[in-house]
Order: sequence, then structure tokens, then C-alpha cells
Amino acid sequence: MRDVDGLGSHLVSPVPPVLPTSLGHTNMRMVMSSVPNKQGRFGAYGGRYVPETLMPALLELEQEYSRVKKDRRFQSELAYYLKHYVGRPTSLYFAQRLTKRLGGAKIYLKREDLCHTGAHKINNAIGQGLLAQRMKKPRIIAETGAGQHGVATATVAAMFGLQCEIYMGTEDMQRQALNVFRMRLLGATVTGVDAGSRTLKDAISEAMRDWTTNIRTTHYILGSVLGAHPYPMMIRDFQAIIGRETRRQILAAEGRLPDCLIACVGGGSNAMGLFYAFIRDKKVKMVGVEAGGLGVASGKHAARFAGGKPGVLQGTMTYLLQGDDGQVNLTHSVSAGLDYAAIGPEHSYLRDQGRVEYTSVTDDEAMAAFDLLAREEGIMPALESAHAVAHTVKVAPTMKKNQLLVVNLSGRGDKDVQQIAKMRGIML
Amino acid sequence: MTSKLNRTFAQLRQRGEKALITYVMAGDPSLQETEQLVVELEQAGADIIELGVPFSDPIADGPVIQQAAERALRSGTSVGTILSMVTSLRARTKIPLVLMAYYNSIHAFGPERFCQEAAQAGVDGLIVPDMPPDEAGPLKKPAAAAGLPLIFLLAPTSTEERRTFVARQSQGFVYYVSLTGITGAKLLNMADVGKNVEKIRKVTHVPVAVGFGVATPEDAANVAAIADGVIVGSAIVKLIAAHRQKPDMVKHVAEFVRSLKVAMRAVQPKTR
Ligand SMILES: Cc1ncc(COP(=O)(O)O)c(C=O)c1O
Repeated sequence: MRDVDGLGSHLVSPVPPVLPTSLGHTNMRMVMSSVPNKQGRFGAYGGRYVPETLMPALLELEQEYSRVKKDRRFQSELAYYLKHYVGRPTSLYFAQRLTKRLGGAKIYLKREDLCHTGAHKINNAIGQGLLAQRMKKPRIIAETGAGQHGVATATVAAMFGLQCEIYMGTEDMQRQALNVFRMRLLGATVTGVDAGSRTLKDAISEAMRDWTTNIRTTHYILGSVLGAHPYPMMIRDFQAIIGRETRRQILAAEGRLPDCLIACVGGGSNAMGLFYAFIRDKKVKMVGVEAGGLGVASGKHAARFAGGKPGVLQGTMTYLLQGDDGQVNLTHSVSAGLDYAAIGPEHSYLRDQGRVEYTSVTDDEAMAAFDLLAREEGIMPALESAHAVAHTVKVAPTMKKNQLLVVNLSGRGDKDVQQIAKMRGIML
Repeated sequence: MTSKLNRTFAQLRQRGEKALITYVMAGDPSLQETEQLVVELEQAGADIIELGVPFSDPIADGPVIQQAAERALRSGTSVGTILSMVTSLRARTKIPLVLMAYYNSIHAFGPERFCQEAAQAGVDGLIVPDMPPDEAGPLKKPAAAAGLPLIFLLAPTSTEERRTFVARQSQGFVYYVSLTGITGAKLLNMADVGKNVEKIRKVTHVPVAVGFGVATPEDAANVAAIADGVIVGSAIVKLIAAHRQKPDMVKHVAEFVRSLKVAMRAVQPKTR
């Protein structure tokens, strides 16, 4: 079977490569898992809890997406941009010094931080940008928390010549000021959202309101495996290239599958992206790391599986941090990209199935992991990704030296440098 | 099922009138004032009252109703306290009361318990703006068991297929969202609204009420000429907000509602 990821020259090749019918698996043994069903349900989770105004657009999007999933030209265009524009495949790097330092499992870093714009978010933004073009929508909108998805969307908009507006909570605009400026340099309009907690949740609500109002001309590029069907499925599929590459790369390097995968979970797109190609390999353990903020006991966190229960927010049924009356709680995390009250519905499903284990690390543990990776490996992770590294610090030493651990380094830390300086009382 | 909503629309039709449906956010600025508003708005000509259940993340609402929800939550409003208010209102008025709640408020309370207790308190219908009929499964049975009509919404973007699918499941009335947008936006195209209301009438006998963007007596009159009901929300909530610290807040709002009803009555009704 031919490997489709990382092929590049499709656009100039006279003979299109043979592509599999569903969004790429490199291995026939690996069939798409059966979730979600036609109603967008992952077991009890997911669905489409939206105002009627959005329903026709969601149905159209679902239809269009199932078409392009099987469309060779779309898939080769996507592969082309992923290779030549994003810079895929990203490397799977053996972190020798970190491995030695922690003294346990062999640690590999999946380097999504090396993607153009500095995080995995662009894998999805490119896919949906191509889709927006297909649907002849001249305008795209997005929400952003850490700013990485906003930057990725603004980038794709510039590259495809689309009009672009990004919604961002004003609290996040402050802590991710650099990314706000980057988006503006790329020609996007950044609109601050001053409602509620002034973070990611409120930015999503505002983007949904914009979409409801401008639905005929606008495509909403949601940035994580959240929201109403088909978004959680479609974004998972666009991110699944992370795991497909990892699988191939680890087999090439070690001749076997990893023992454990670790990824941070905001909405959960980088985690789904890494996990998806391994879901059926029951021996591969998977861990999702949520934001523990000031500690779960403090109530100031975003660990949905520690403090939440199922509910409906922004189009989907999933684990949600909420009060007894169903009001959504305010969350806290040092990392804007993990600071969100709900989690992607497929994660709720995988958790109930017991397929993925979820845990959390605190702000302080994430900060310490940031320093550790910078000093040991010369890599500054995004504060989101630093959560995955922090959990690695805990578990790697408990594993055997011949065991393999893959950590998704979802993004680079440049965007966080200003905030870290400020936290340490340093004026830049 | 003949519900109180059915009877209200039938009586109005006999009188050659259209229904004026006014929205207030329960608990904004306080539940005592909401209770007073309901009584006074009925006196002023409201035929049905929609009570908003405040939710922290109201995706279908513009800033006016978002802020009202924030005020209501700050005043300590919850599903439980709203239902107690409805119970106490029932000693004073029979006006049909429809709750407008986001699905998570119902889910957290428990769909069965919600329907039972709402019906018991004297609620006459339920609108869930983020629950299209596609997702209404868990609510349909308990709502039917409690005799609580589920009112669904249609929008300008609805396709013919969805129009049929949604309208045929809507009980009490069909809520036609007049514009592609959120509450509080400006109503633009009356001719479009008229055409869409006609299309809905072809697939259901349930009355059609039009809301979103109806802000002035003139708008209300225009909508009354083409639909069975006129829903006014943000314009009223805005008035409540502006006068909320004054003792005569209720009087101001009642005056406005009276002017809406007067304008609607002046319209020559087209019979169906
Ligand atoms: C670098 C990075 N990692 C992770 C996340 C969290 O999102 P997700 O859980 O969808 O991967 C973000 C979100 O902004 C991010 O920028």
C-alpha cells in the first residue's frame, strides 16, 4: 500500500497518486472507527445542539466534507499544502538528554512545533480553508484562545485570498498580545470579546453568533474537535495526519509501536490527531493531559474530567465544568489554549470506553516542564504542550528503559515568552 | 392535544386579532419585578408571555439579552426559583406562559423533572433555541407526558425539507425567526418574512409567530398583517434595562407593550 502522507508533487504530477477512499490511513488493517454515527454521536456525546439557522449550514458542511473525503483532487491538494506550505512531515525526534535525565522510557517528541505558524492548528486550518473555497465562501471566521488557531486561520486566509475575522477574549488578547499582532500583520481583523470570562469560550460564542448572522457568505473554521457535528469528526480527520506520521516514523526508528502516547487536551485536537491512528492498537496506552491550573481542589482549573459532568455547550454534548443549575463555570489555566470549560465529545467517549486515560497537571508543573525542555533539549514548548511534557516528567521514570513514549509537542513557546517574562517580573 | 396555547390562538382568531407575545428575562432585574411585569403586561395587551431562563452562554442571543441573563444570574435566578415564581403567578393570572431555556439548563435539572415541575407550576410551553427537533428525543416523551407543548423554530435559511420536518413537530405555534442572525438584530425584509410564513402555512396548521428584530409598533403592525403572532423580545428587555433602577420601570414597559398592541389592532387581519 502506498504511503500518501508527505507526498508532495501531486499538483504537477500528470498521474494522480492512488489515494485511499477515506482520509488517509497508511494501513489497510486500520479502518476508520465507527464513531460518530450519522447524527454526529460518539456514544452519548456530540450531536448538533444549535439554533435552526445553523442547521442547514451544518448539513451542507457535512455533505461537502463527506464528498471531499473521497475526492482525490481535494486530498492531493491538501497533501500538497501540508508538505510544501506547512512543512510536513514533522519530525519525530528522540529526546536523548531528556530521556537520560528522567531515567526511564525512551522519549520521542512529535515536533508539531515545527509546523509553519508554530503549532498543529494549521493542519486543520488548511483543510477547512480548502473546504471554504470549495463551498465558495469568500469570508472565514474563527475563534482563538492562545492565538495559534487564529494565526493559522489568518495565514490560510492570506494564502487563499479570503476575508478573515478572528474572535478572541480580551483576557486572552492580553496574555497572547504577540499573536494578536501577528494576526493583524497577516491582514485579519481581530475582534475582542468582552463577555463572560473573556477567554476561549466567549470567543466561540461570538464566532457562532457571527456565523449565524453571515452564514451565506461565511465559513466558520472552528479550531478544535468541539462544536456541533461534523466539526469534531472533520477536525479530528484533518489532525489525524499527526498520528499517521508518528506511526510510520516510530516503526522506522524502532521497528515497533510505542508503549504510551501523551498529549495535552484543550478542546482536544492535537490529542485526537496523535491518538487516532493508534486507537485500535490496544497495547498502545494513551494519556490526555488537562489543565490543572492552581490545582483541582482550588476550583481554579480546566480539568473537565476531574470536576465536570456531561452537559451541552456550544453545540455539543460532552463533559463540562458547570454548576448544579447548568451554568458554565469559569476556568483557569496559565495556558490560554487549555483554558476552556468543555472537552471534545470524542474524548468523553474514549474516556467512558476506558480507551484513553485523562489526568491533569498544574500551572506550576507545566512551567517547570517548560524550563526543563528548554534547558535539556533546546526546545521551548508552548505552555499548552508543556502540560504534556509535565506529565511525561511524572511517568517516564516509572517506565522501563526499553519502553517507548511519544509526546505530542503541539506548538512552540515563542508566543508565551512575553507572558512568562511578566510572570517572573521581567520587563522586556 | 389542545393546549392553552391552541385555545389562546383560536380565541384571538375569533376576535380577528393576532397574538402579541412578549419576552422578558426571568429575574431581570429581580423575580419580584418579573412577576409584576407579567401581570402588568397582560393588562397592557400581551396575549402570551415568554419567560427567558438565564444561561451563562446564550449562543442565539445578542448583547441585550446576554446582559439581561447576566443580571438575572447575579440576582440569584435559577430554574427552581423561576418555577416558584410561576406557581405564585398562577394565583394572579391565567395568561399562557412559555419558558425559553437553553438545553443545558434543562439537562442539568433533568428533562423529566423539568417537564413535570414546569407543567405543575403552570408553564404552558417550552422553547429551546439550541435544540432543533433532531436533538429533541430525550425531551419529547417527558414533555408529552406532562402535556407541555414543544415549540420549534424555523429560520430564513431553512430548506424546504427542514421546513416540513420542523413545522410538523412544532406544537402550540411555530416560531419563525425573521432574520438570519441573533436576537436584537434589525428586521430587514418584510416581503421575505411574508413569503416564508406562507410557505410554513402550506406544511402545518399550527399558528406561525414571528420573532427576532420586531422592535417598534410599526414592525409589530407589519408582522401582524402576515403572521398569527408577533414576538417582541430585545426591545422590551432594553427598556427594562434602561429603567431598571427607577420605581416606574414596569409602567414604562407596559406603555410600550400597549402601543404595540394598539398598532397591531389597527391592522386589517387577513384571514387564513
Ligand atoms: C500549541 C497548542 N497546543 C494545544 C492547544 C489546545 O488545543 P487542542 O486541545 O485542540 O489541541 C492549543 C490551542 O490553542 C495550542 O495553541
